[in-house]
Amino acid sequence: MAGEAAIVAEGLVREFKKGPRAVDGIDLRVEPGEVYGFLGPNGAGKSTTVHMLTTLLPPTDGTARVGGHDILAEGAAVRAVIGAALQEAALDPFLTGREHLQLQAALHGLPREERRERGDFLLERVGLTEAADRKVGGYSGGMKRRLDLALALVHHPRILFLDEPTTGLDVQSRTALWNEVQRLAADRGVTVFLTTQYLEEADMLANRVGIIDRGRIVAEGTPEALKAEIGRPSVEVLPADRDDLGRTKEVLARFGESVTASTASAAVRLAGGEGQLADVVRALDAEDIHVERLQLHAPTLDDVFLAKTGRSLEGAAMQDTGAAPDAEAVPA
Amino acid sequence: MSSAVALQVGHLARRSVVRTLRQPAMVVPSLFFPLILLSVNSGGLESATNLPGFPTDTYLDFALAVTFVQGALFSANSAGTNVANDIESGFLKRLSLTPLRRTALLVGQLSGVVTLGLIQAVTFLIAGLVAGAGIEAGFAGALVIVALALLISLGFGTIGAFVALRTGSGEAVQGIFPLLFAALFLSSVSLPRDLIQTDWFRTVATYNPVSYMLEAIRSLILTGWDGEALALGFACAGGVALVALVAASAALRTAMVRT
Repeated sequence: MAGEAAIVAEGLVREFKKGPRAVDGIDLRVEPGEVYGFLGPNGAGKSTTVHMLTTLLPPTDGTARVGGHDILAEGAAVRAVIGAALQEAALDPFLTGREHLQLQAALHGLPREERRERGDFLLERVGLTEAADRKVGGYSGGMKRRLDLALALVHHPRILFLDEPTTGLDVQSRTALWNEVQRLAADRGVTVFLTTQYLEEADMLANRVGIIDRGRIVAEGTPEALKAEIGRPSVEVLPADRDDLGRTKEVLARFGESVTASTASAAVRLAGGEGQLADVVRALDAEDIHVERLQLHAPTLDDVFLAKTGRSLEGAAMQDTGAAPDAEAVPA
Repeated sequence: MSSAVALQVGHLARRSVVRTLRQPAMVVPSLFFPLILLSVNSGGLESATNLPGFPTDTYLDFALAVTFVQGALFSANSAGTNVANDIESGFLKRLSLTPLRRTALLVGQLSGVVTLGLIQAVTFLIAGLVAGAGIEAGFAGALVIVALALLISLGFGTIGAFVALRTGSGEAVQGIFPLLFAALFLSSVSLPRDLIQTDWFRTVATYNPVSYMLEAIRSLILTGWDGEALALGFACAGGVALVALVAASAALRTAMVRT
């Protein structure tokens, strides 16, 4: 259906017995070819939303269409156009990478010759050709995630759901996966719905970000627009003489509220924006504080989360103790 | 069966067989434990053959049938653990996202059980013959023993799969293992039913379908072709398999949720 959004959800709700509303009336629209980042802490409702949109969990209320198909009435049609790498890299430790791809391709009904070619192509694409005939039980976390991604792509899906694809990965593996997601969106026009609790990931990959907290979308827009909306940068100062740290904090406190910094530094969010930077430098100079390093930090998506919810993204999951993490909220 | 479903069954069956054979910890005990028990019992209980009415003069011939049923009990553990692993790891969700038919999944999963059952049955037959047991019903009888052993394995394996699908837990599967062993030992496992002196034990053994599975295999080893024993044995094994398959299919509908 030309012109139709890749994903549309209206008033999507999921309640669990004796639990809170894991998803509490979500509306969203993701355009074809877009990378949509769904950002929020553990237990915010990200995975539950993905499970509903991928037909693995019926919503309690609301509707959604994925690839032009209703998730409730046309589940099989939805599954035919989507690929998904869910939160757990769901692999069989006793099978090899190649055997996984062959099985997945066969279950999707690919002809024999195409199964082999597609498997070889995807193994090469995710850098697993050399490890293709080794049992997956011996793979590293990054290799498992890359195989997971390859499996999600076997049947040429138009829409890809990635549920926290880089959680637990080292920096190198994370970067490799990011590159692959960017390539998929840019080269093949695949729509990507990516959940993450990493600000950097959403910032780096997503054309638009939806910030979810306690089952509701609290902010949505491009990362730049969201940051510009709350717009206050922070300044971090490392005094040359460590004994001046206390006085440095006192000076900075005149310009805004304190924010987290390294133990040797002081930092504040500038109440008057980056225009205050020169005043900060003058004030430090007036107090005869010699500065080893002074850095201006642009606003982050965490600042957006803080502005919208009153909590920082990093701390939100811990404050929400008692709310089950997404993966646990979803019945097996 | 459509070609698409046949393709799905074939690939899932291959996966089930491959992953079973790649777990020596699952295969080896299921072969050795019954043989060790056979060796202990055929030595230690030899004097039971002196009881009036005991159907053979070597306890090895009598006890050989037990290995096939005991091996099948390991199938419950193997099938259940494999299914529980798939649920716990999220692999079942991955399969749910493909156009996979539930029937194909169940049939495919149970193929590994049947393969393990075949390896067990052939091993037990060869070990029994090497140890000096004889099969009165001859080569054809040996083939029927293998067929019945496979049906028993399928039944117990499906019980394991059912428990895994209902609970999603490998621990729960391990928990039913002692119960199934109790069912084995409350049957005519050590003595013919008419020689069991304790009334309640004899009654339990009479109502226990495992007794008839044992007696069907035993009849082929000890007396040749006994239509009634074979009919009862196949009926009991088939009945257990059928009930377990119906229950597992229903459990799969719940475990494999998708719209």
